Amino acid sequence: MSNRPELQAPPEIFYDDAEARKYTSSSRIAEIQTKLSERALELLALPDDGVPRLLLDIGCGSGLSGETITENGHQWIGLDISHSMLNVALEKEVEGDLLLGDMGQGLGLRPGVIDGAISISAVQWLCNADKSSHEPRLRLKAFFGSLYRCFARGARAVLQVYPENLAQHELILSYAMRAGFAGGVVVDYPHSTKRRKEYLVLTCGPPSLSTAVPCGKGEDGESCSDDDSSGDEENQTVSISDRHRPRKKQKINKKGKGREWVLKKKEQMRRKGNVVPPDTKYTARKRKARF
Amino acid sequence: MRLLTHNILSSNIKGVTNGFPLGIEVEKVVEKQVEINHDFLRNIFPKIDWKAFSDASKIMGYVELPEESPEPSVLDSDLDFLRKFHHALLELHLEEGALVCPQTGRKFPVNKGIPNMLLHEDEV
Repeated sequence: MSNRPELQAPPEIFYDDAEARKYTSSSRIAEIQTKLSERALELLALPDDGVPRLLLDIGCGSGLSGETITENGHQWIGLDISHSMLNVALEKEVEGDLLLGDMGQGLGLRPGVIDGAISISAVQWLCNADKSSHEPRLRLKAFFGSLYRCFARGARAVLQVYPENLAQHELILSYAMRAGFAGGVVVDYPHSTKRRKEYLVLTCGPPSLSTAVPCGKGEDGESCSDDDSSGDEENQTVSISDRHRPRKKQKINKKGKGREWVLKKKEQMRRKGNVVPPDTKYTARKRKARF
Repeated sequence: MRLLTHNILSSNIKGVTNGFPLGIEVEKVVEKQVEINHDFLRNIFPKIDWKAFSDASKIMGYVELPEESPEPSVLDSDLDFLRKFHHALLELHLEEGALVCPQTGRKFPVNKGIPNMLLHEDEV
């Protein structure tokens, strides 16, 4: 994509009726969204006990991801800021409940009720200030804070994001961690610009087997997982940090060369045969700094 | 919007401490059949705020639910109760109406079953 949607208009305006139409008519878009949703559900790793859970679909849009959740047998509630996209979801008669809302204003859900959350290509919209009253950091804080609160113990969130650059990626991660989440980033196909997909896997509650971050998919089955909570960097096939430029160290001057040293040097020069001024009491005397 | 969603929604307005439960103003209620799933009901039961749930279902026109929160053992044995629980939780839809913040009285309109929870600039 040469031009990111996030830079063209705020989401409630970008996703107008025309754009929303694409989500019904374009089979390519539908296929991509379905694949992303299935992968996100896979990463959510809900227990395979046949008990339907209550999930959140953040930025549910036209309901494509929601349909995947329904197919997997769970109940869901979708939140989106675009009226047009939600209308498309209504037309499709999706099973989940829909809410018209702005995730940057906080989710407004009661504590401890949600068993899991997925988000497909939505959270990066928070990083852009679309109105003069927006402050992206506050919005990220409100979103992640409210998400953490509404989660039941052991619930997970899988957020598929398209951060614009490293700074955005770090911003999103840092606010997620501040809210209390643990977890990391799973990158599928890290080497392919077209296929590369980033999933933020966030866990809530005490660390256990279930909070270990799964491995990303690679071209040849290689794994790439960047676990922020432990901070170690094993198996990193993609290094996405800025170059470390050594800061110019301040010049540390030696204490200065004393009288003894100067006299020795003068002797050496005399031995060589150079013309050297005679040694007096003024030799190597401390001068004023501005000499 | 089903009562399941209503039971977990609260008012998000700045400064509101007692935003749950939201009051309901009913204009149109629709009933949609949904296949019953006992496992889901048993899983979600402990998370439901029963008082808010039974009050809301009465406003929506369904009076069959007990006032008092029933014992969890009822879930395993009483199929009739499960049917009623399922009906109120998942089959009643508020199509048109409004949700009301209990503290400020601010209304969140509900159109075509979708509540508009967008806050104004001064409420964030």
